[in-house]
Amino acid sequence: MSSDHANAPYYKVLAGLTFFTILEIIWALPSVGIGRGLLIGGLAIMAGIKAAMVGLYYMHLKWEAKVIWGVIAFPIVLVVVMIAGLLADAIGYY
Amino acid sequence: MESTTAAVPALKRDPLGFTPGKLAMWLFLASDAMGFMGLIGAYMVARISSHDWQIPGRDPDFGIGLTAFMTFLLIVSSVTMVTALAAIQKGNRKGLLLWLGLTILGGLTFVGLQAYEWTHLIHAGLLPSKSNYAATFYTLTGFHGLHVSIGVVYLSCIWIRSKQGAYTAEKHSPVELVGLYWHFVDLVWIVLFTIIYLIPDAVK
Repeated sequence: MSSDHANAPYYKVLAGLTFFTILEIIWALPSVGIGRGLLIGGLAIMAGIKAAMVGLYYMHLKWEAKVIWGVIAFPIVLVVVMIAGLLADAIGYY
Repeated sequence: MESTTAAVPALKRDPLGFTPGKLAMWLFLASDAMGFMGLIGAYMVARISSHDWQIPGRDPDFGIGLTAFMTFLLIVSSVTMVTALAAIQKGNRKGLLLWLGLTILGGLTFVGLQAYEWTHLIHAGLLPSKSNYAATFYTLTGFHGLHVSIGVVYLSCIWIRSKQGAYTAEKHSPVELVGLYWHFVDLVWIVLFTIIYLIPDAVK
């Protein structure tokens, strides 16, 4: 990791994380009445954005070496395959 | 005798751009992430396979407020952690102790609130043996709570070493490593909060 992250926008990221957390809670309120697909899709996207913000800025992945990216890419691929397989079974496709 | 080392160029501390400890921590986090995803996968299968996903004990009085606050607490503790690292990178030992201490406090509060939540839910009749929801809920949140507890112990060890003056602006790798672990715990909670606390309520 280089020292490029010395001026990373930590408090802007905190504001972003807080904003998306509040938005998620409002999004999930039954009274808002968002349809199931849009509801779950929206929540997944917002959680993904928040997780990416933590990974990129707080864990400094944005400034990290390619080898480190390789280390985390491996489980991500496995997770995608696992979730796809489990969901295919769970919804009765097979 | 003339020194033979004088002509040898100084070796860079981390020529690859990362220390061996950091690579080891990332490997650990990658394997730990797969463990969490296994549990989350089991939760998703149980959730989707059930036509009547019961949420016993999720009384309206308790609501989402407590867990939303717990989420905010972990997010803030990530900021205090990264500020602690930034402090020691500038050689500010007092700042390191202060921000690390606040991170520990955040972790302890989170664990305390989770214990309070569990106690409340158990008194409301949500026992792990009650349903698939209860079993997966306690397993997932319990596994994460264990990580937070271990994180608090880990942070406390680093705080004690900081107090002893073990870290400097040039040598502070353990602070960075405990930070990686702590941010990972925060990241996992972001996912769990959405999957467990927001989606079930919303699709009811």
